[in-house]
This record gives sequence, structure tokens and C-alpha cells, in this order.
Amino acid sequence: MSVSLEPTKEQIKEQKLYASMGMSDEEFAMVEGILGRLPNWTETGLFSVMWSEHCSYKNSKPVLRKFPTKGPQVLQGPGEGAGIVDIGDEQAVVFKMESHNHPSAIEPYQGAATGVGGIIRDVFSMGARPIAMLNSLRFGELQTKRGKYLFEEVVAGIAGYGNCIGIPTVGGEIQFDPCYEGNPLVNAMCVGLIDHKDIQRGIAAGVGNTVMYVGAKTGRDGIHGATFASEELSEASEEKRPAVQVGDPFMEKLLLEACLEVVKSDALVGIQDMGAAGLTSSSAEMASKAGSGVEMNLNLVPQRETGMTAYEMMLSESQERMLLVVKKGREDEIKVIFEKYGLDAVAIGRVTDDKMLRLLHKGEVVAEVPADALAEDAPVYNKPSQEPAYFAEFQAIENSEPEVVNYKDTLLGLLQAPTIASKEWVYDQYDYQVRTNTIVAPGSDAAVLRVRGTNKGLAMTTDCNSRYIFLDPEMGGKIAVAEAARNIVASGGRPLAITDCLNFGNPEKPEIFWQIEKSADGISAACTALNAPVIGGNVSLYNERSGEAVYPTPTIGMVGLVEDLAHVTTQQVKAAGDVVYLVGETATEFGGSELQKLVYGKIFGKAPYIDLEVEASRQESILTAIREGLLQSAHDVSEGGVAVALAEKAFGAAGLGIDVTLEGSAVTALFSETQSRFVVTVKEENAAAFEKVIPDAKKIGIVTADANITINGDTGVLLEGTVEEFRSAWKGAIPCLVKSEA
Amino acid sequence: MKFAVLVFPGSNCDVDMYHAIKDELGEEVEYVWHDATDLSEFDGVLVPGGFSYGDYLRCGAMANQSNVMAEVKKFAEAGKPVLGVCNGFQILTEAGLLPGALLRNKNLKFMCRTVELKVENNDTLFTHQYEAGQIINVPIAHGEGNYFCDDQTLAELKANNQIVFTYSGENPNGSLEDIAGIINERGNVLGMMPHPERAVDTLLGSDDGLKVFKSIVKMWRESHVS
Amino acid sequence: MTKVKIYVTLRESVLDPQGSAVQGSLVKMGYNEVQDIRIGKYLEVVIGDTERDLDSLVKEMCEKLLANTVIEDYRYEVEEAN
Repeated sequence: MSVSLEPTKEQIKEQKLYASMGMSDEEFAMVEGILGRLPNWTETGLFSVMWSEHCSYKNSKPVLRKFPTKGPQVLQGPGEGAGIVDIGDEQAVVFKMESHNHPSAIEPYQGAATGVGGIIRDVFSMGARPIAMLNSLRFGELQTKRGKYLFEEVVAGIAGYGNCIGIPTVGGEIQFDPCYEGNPLVNAMCVGLIDHKDIQRGIAAGVGNTVMYVGAKTGRDGIHGATFASEELSEASEEKRPAVQVGDPFMEKLLLEACLEVVKSDALVGIQDMGAAGLTSSSAEMASKAGSGVEMNLNLVPQRETGMTAYEMMLSESQERMLLVVKKGREDEIKVIFEKYGLDAVAIGRVTDDKMLRLLHKGEVVAEVPADALAEDAPVYNKPSQEPAYFAEFQAIENSEPEVVNYKDTLLGLLQAPTIASKEWVYDQYDYQVRTNTIVAPGSDAAVLRVRGTNKGLAMTTDCNSRYIFLDPEMGGKIAVAEAARNIVASGGRPLAITDCLNFGNPEKPEIFWQIEKSADGISAACTALNAPVIGGNVSLYNERSGEAVYPTPTIGMVGLVEDLAHVTTQQVKAAGDVVYLVGETATEFGGSELQKLVYGKIFGKAPYIDLEVEASRQESILTAIREGLLQSAHDVSEGGVAVALAEKAFGAAGLGIDVTLEGSAVTALFSETQSRFVVTVKEENAAAFEKVIPDAKKIGIVTADANITINGDTGVLLEGTVEEFRSAWKGAIPCLVKSEA
Repeated sequence: MKFAVLVFPGSNCDVDMYHAIKDELGEEVEYVWHDATDLSEFDGVLVPGGFSYGDYLRCGAMANQSNVMAEVKKFAEAGKPVLGVCNGFQILTEAGLLPGALLRNKNLKFMCRTVELKVENNDTLFTHQYEAGQIINVPIAHGEGNYFCDDQTLAELKANNQIVFTYSGENPNGSLEDIAGIINERGNVLGMMPHPERAVDTLLGSDDGLKVFKSIVKMWRESHVS
Repeated sequence: MTKVKIYVTLRESVLDPQGSAVQGSLVKMGYNEVQDIRIGKYLEVVIGDTERDLDSLVKEMCEKLLANTVIEDYRYEVEEAN
């Protein structure tokens, strides 16, 4: 039996066995101090996993405290399964984004699938009905066999889980860059809808109440997953494969329906997902939040394998499980609901008043530790921060235009760059319509879903241009939030709040920690300026492969409210004769741009500049124009500049084209990535009214009936071609890369 | 007219079916759990899409073993209308209510997109509101929609005019003869891979699927005039 | 107890896109010898004490649920377990 193989307390200390669980000498000494004795093997496991970065945010807490988290719309900020924002009519939207990077690097299909499953549980554990999924993904440039494999399998894993459980995957974004070759990023976001009265909390309140275990049985899968997520990847990581769990979307569908029935019952006191660190984190956190204790008898835990130890049960990350606290004496009401779905619901413990997490196994107390010590009292580190040398070098480089020989070939090249190219190959594999609320499907700025039974909609998007953030984390952080908001606004919504996934390298390197701090400053400033507080998210550090960190990638997930479905706006042009306007000034800004990458094969210089006041007022005026019914289409200008934005506007509209004239230096006018710009189209009869709302909008041309794209400059035609010619380059790029030989 | 929307563990288009009937047609509709043993109060049965039992052994195979399917067979034998969409179509073939089977898509991937369908037979209780040969836009969302049957069955389907819908543009999944939907010989059981219940409101892109349901209701009303 | 190993495969006449894809990959990798691949399912069924004739029991399970004889064939091997 493995029980007898467990090291003794003395061995754990003398041989520093805690180090293999990722615990430092200082941390072990702290544990010894808290307990007033040496911890046993199980207790050491509890502390190591709860004090891992993944669960405790011990390295990132000082940064997270900077985020604005309050606002009149915020009903629940960070700290619960997911944040909650009011949308009126006694309804609220619940959302959160979470990373599953390390598991996806090792086993991409299951890593991505269980990432989706985990974030869905976070949302329905709040009592909300999940209504949509989004994904923010990062890969290498699809040039290697491994890179393509990771990309195809991650997409298949997201599709496999999301389609089966029946939650539409409606949007997201994918960026490709060599820095993600060995360490892809898989960030999944789930959005749910809830009536205020159904909001649940993860608390173990009421001494004597019953702790119930529901859902799938516990196996040895994923033991120490949270610790694994807090280490750098290396070649040896492949050997840690057992740490990856297998998802069961069918089980989760049943769990979801059962839990949403249970939240209607007043027998339920608290509910929490068994996610990272499984039974340990859910029980300790629920006790800690309620100021109570929890005692559990592990003999009663439904087990899939035989001979499991307390250590294994507490650290297992088997999927599709939840922990409930139920009023004493009313357990049977809960059981009946789970039985209907063929699920286990077992009383395994009770709420106590001594603030301890106490575990019994085979008649003995196998662990007894203060719940707060696990959940709240993890050490917090203020890591040293240092500006990397590259930053000053980049800042010293003057903005200039990359050399472009042929404008049309350049536009074709940009449209084929995988980051810009059509993602249809991806979203074609996602059921984005199930539950029949999807008004704006993938392929426009933001997805929009109707709120059934009302005339309102929810706009949602994810965004993060990590190249800008690498060049200038603070500026780039502002841009990430601003661009997400631009997507929401261009779709007819007003930003409500954000969730974020902070993906960075090893925080023990001062240059990496500087990136974290600075980008958090930028995000905070933009959230404040655009009135979109942070209501939750997660942190994923140690995203490195063989010592090379990914670009700093704090992904932003944003949800906005569309107050009237008549405001829903898409990016595609609508009718010939409509007037095309460019809103916002253009400067020569190519640092981190797609054109710079295309021409030089690398990025350097300054990130584009953003003025948050200008951004906020411009977004406000676009929204005003939409609400007054003046816009036929709206699209923000982002990667690839105005030329790419115009082409994308023409792609979705059969038989229509665009004929515009841009002023100034051609390369800048076509491809610069200056911020705070939109391209919109307006019916001719509304042109005057529109110009009143946005006086500095520049009329640049018209929508034509000839299905051609023509862009003129000061001296004549810069580029022209059929929409089909540009569209096929844009649409064919990713399928072509996936199929090609590595 | 009163519809039953069957719900198996893992069904996920049940809500869409329900709302299509209730919100767009204003007819009566109820969810019916898979262990139900009586369908006598209903005038029509809708078998929705999704992943019944996770599609773990074979799409539709385990759902076919549930109590309610025995009732559906009786219901169909009585000549009452049964519509199976997507996973519902798969369940009806597993149940033997429709011939053939659905294999994995030719490209092995799940696909979600709106496709053009041709109404091959508008002389059925499900399609009489369409024009013959009409082209309609209806979404598909499936990984195993590649219709297969043997040569003899195909010859019978053709001879009896049982092929109701075909893909009129590109065939997305490799199905035999571009088949998207078929009806039983008696004409009261229709199975189709595309989702008419997702095409009932122009707000969501198309309302071309509405006439499937309108056809059923109109036929029922005409045969129940007192 | 008796362990029954059941193999379910697509019938000869039915196209197997999964098998074709795997065959294509192997040929691309240089295994030109590969002529055909058919992918199927393998099930291990452990059967406890029963009054019934084992063959008829297994056949019934296969035909009722485990295989769809419209598209699939099945065969099985019986292995005595302890």
C-alpha cells in the first residue's frame, strides 16, 4: 500500500522533501510555525498546493491590488468563482477567464478541453446559466509540425468540450508569434446569465451543516496540477503527463443541469467548484470565507481507483466535481436532484466552529490545519523589479515607415499573416449558435447575444496585442483594454467590466516582474478611464520554455451591454452608395505592427501611443452615433491598419466594394497602427447628422456595387483588386498553413 | 397542437426546439424526460440535437435504449408526426424508424455554418409550405452527419420520394447523394441534419426553417377540424 | 467471471474517413507498404455468473447496442478470467 510508503515528518524536513512539491525552505518553516509542529505528508501537500502561485497569487498579489475593482454595476468583484455585473431588470452577467497553458502544452486536446470545463464550472457554481464561451489563444507561427499539432488539437479540444456541453463558443482571438512556439497560451472565458436572487457564494457557513461531494468520482489524475502550473516548462515536462486530466463534457452537462436545479433550493448554503487543488482548495476556501471550519471523512469520498491515500484524494484534480454545503437534515432533497441526473451526491463532512480543516481517513485524523492558513495566509512576495535593457533601446528609436515596394502585395501579405487571416477554419469547428441567442457570430469585432425575453444584448470580446506590451508594457496594457472596449463599442455596446488572464514568464526574473507591474499599471489606467473595472481573472506565470519567456500577454476579456437590439452593429459594409468615414487621426506608428513584422521579420521601437481621454471620448461619440441610428457598419482599426480594416469591411458583403482616398504618406495611411481609430459607413442621407455627432470624422470614400477594393492616395491609385482576390488570400491562409508540410 | 420535446441526458438543442414552438409558433410544448412512458397527450414529437449520452458509444445508440423511445416507436406507428434533428436524426436511425446511418464527416471535423438546402420533396407533412425545389438557408452543426445507406435502400428512398432535403451548394459532410434529410415510407417521420429550429428568426440570420414547423401545425389543424 | 473481447469495425462497404486519414499519414511518413486501414472499437466486457448461453448473450448485446449492423460488423473472443 502506498500509505506505508509516505515519508515521515522528520524525513520531510531533513531530506527537504517539500522542495519537490515546489515549497521553499522559508515556507516550510512558516508551516512549522503555524502548526507548532512538523506537518505530515498530507499536510505538507495541502500547504504546498494552496501556497502555489496558481492558488495563492503569492507573487502577483501586490500587482493585483492595483486594479480598480469597484463600480456601481459590480455586484461581485474578484474572490469568488467569477465576477458579477448588473445589467438591469434584476438580471446580471457573470464572467471569468482562466488559463490552461501548461496542461495544453503537454496534452493539447485534453488541456484545452479541461480548461473549458473548469471555467464553465466557475460560472455555474455562482448559480448562473452559462450562455457563451470565448477563447484567447497564442501559438507559434504554424511553421513546425509540433506547432501545427498544438494548434489543431487545442482547437479540437475546445470544440469537443464546448460543443458537447452545448454552450456556444462565440468569439475570441488568436495571435501567432514565434515566442509562443514552445509555450502556447490557452485562455478560456465563460459568460453566464443570472437572476439576482439566484446568486450563490462559495461559503461553508452554519455550524453543523453538511458538506456534500457531487459529480464525478475522484481518481489519481492531476495530482499537483496547480504546482505544475507554477513551474517553467522544460523537456522534462513531457514526462509529467499524468498531471493532465481527461475531460468529460457529458458528465459536466449533467452536473451543470443538476447544480442549476440545486441553486433554486433554499437547502443550499454554499457551492464551489473543485478546480485547481481540488478538494483542498474548495474546502479550505469555503471554510475560510465563512470564518468556520470543515471536517471531512475521506472514506466517504467517491473514488474511482482503489487504495487512494488522503494525500492523493486531497490533491487530485479529477474534473467535473463540486463541493456543496447544505442545511443539516435536508441532504435528501439535494440527493434527489442529483440522482435524477445519475450523479453521486454524498455527505462527506460537516461545518465546524473551530476554523480548522480536519481530515479523517480510516478512523484516524490524517490532517488538521487552520483553514485560513491555507486559503488566506499564504506568504506574499514583493518581487524585485527591474527595467529590462531593451526598453530604453526601443524607446530611443524614432518612429519611421518600413519600406514598402508594392502596396497591393503588401496588403495581400498582411491579410495572409495568420494573426490577421480569417479564423473561419477555427470557428467553423465551434457550435456558435446552440441555445439560439447568437445575433453576431464570430467574424465581427465582438460577438453579440440577445438576452432572451428582453430587448437587450450582451457584447463580448477578448483582446491583447502582446507585441505592443513587450515593447512597452504600460502603453500596451492600456491598448489591450482600449481595443477590447473599441470592439464592444463598435458592436453597439457599452463596456461593463473586464476579466483578465495575466500570462507572463518567470516572476523571479526582475525584468519579467517589471513587465507584470507596468502592464498592470496600464490596464488599471485604461479600466478607470473607460469605466470598466476588473471583476476577476487569473494569473499564469512561468510561461517559459527552456528559459525563453513568452511576450507578456495579459489577455483582456470584456463584456458590454447593448441596451437595445436595434443598436447591434457589425463591421461589414451594408449597401452601395453608403459613405465611408475614418474617425481618428493617423500618425506614423509601426513599432510592434504587423507590417514591421512582415518587412523585418522582427519587432522593435515604440509601441503605438494612446491617449485614454481621446479614446474615451471617441468611443462615446461612436456609441452616440450608433444609438442615433446613424451607422450602417463600424469597425475598429487595429493590426494591419486602415487597409486591412477596409478589406475586412468588404469581405462579408456579397457584391459590394469600397473606393476610398487616403491622405498623407501612403505607407502610414494604409498600414500604420495608430490607436483610437474606427472606420464606419453611413447612409448618404444621414451624412450630415453623422458629421454633427463626430465633426472630425474624415469622409474617405463610398461603398460601391462593383465588388472591388480601390484605395487611392494623394497621387493616384495605391492599390486595387477584386474583393474576391483579397478575400481568398485572407480566408485561405490558415487552412493552407495547417495543411502544408512542415 | 401540443408538442413534446424529448430530453435525453446530454441533449442540448432541446431549449431551441422548445422556444421555436412556443415563441415563434405560439403552440403548446413541453419537455419530456427520457424515462417517460406515456406520450398520449401529445400531437407531435420533436427529437432535438445535442450529444445524448455524450455520443460516447455511437451517436444516438444509447438514447435509443431509453423508455421514451419505445413510446416514440408506438407514436410513429400510429401515424403521428415525429421530427428528429441532428442528434435526433441519429437517434431515429438507431431506432430503425428511418433507414441508414450517419457517419463521421468526410473531413473528420465538427462543422458549424449556414448551408443552402434544396427542398426535394414538398409533398410531405413537414414541407408542404415550401415551394418544390426551393433553396433555403439553414444552419448545420455536427461532426457525424455523413448519411450512408446501402444501394438497395437508396434505390427505395428514391423510388418512394423519401429524400426530402439535399445540400444544394457544397456537400459539407460527404453524405450519399448530398442527402440532408429523409422521411420514412409512411411519411410521418422526418430526420434531418440541418437545424430548422435555429432558423426561425431573421434576427439570428434566417427564418427559412420556420416552415417545417408551420407545415406540421397546418396539417394537424386541417385534419382536426371539427 | 468471463472476459469477452469484442471488436466492432465498419463494414467493408462503408467508407472509413478516419482510417483513410491515418493511412494517408503513414504513407506520407514513408510507409508505402500500407494498403488500407480500418479503424474500429475494442471493448472488454467482464461477465459474471449467468444462466444464459454466453454466445447468445454476447450476440444480443452486440446487436442491440454495441454495434449498429447497418454500418458495423462485430466479432468477439471469449477469455476465461478468474
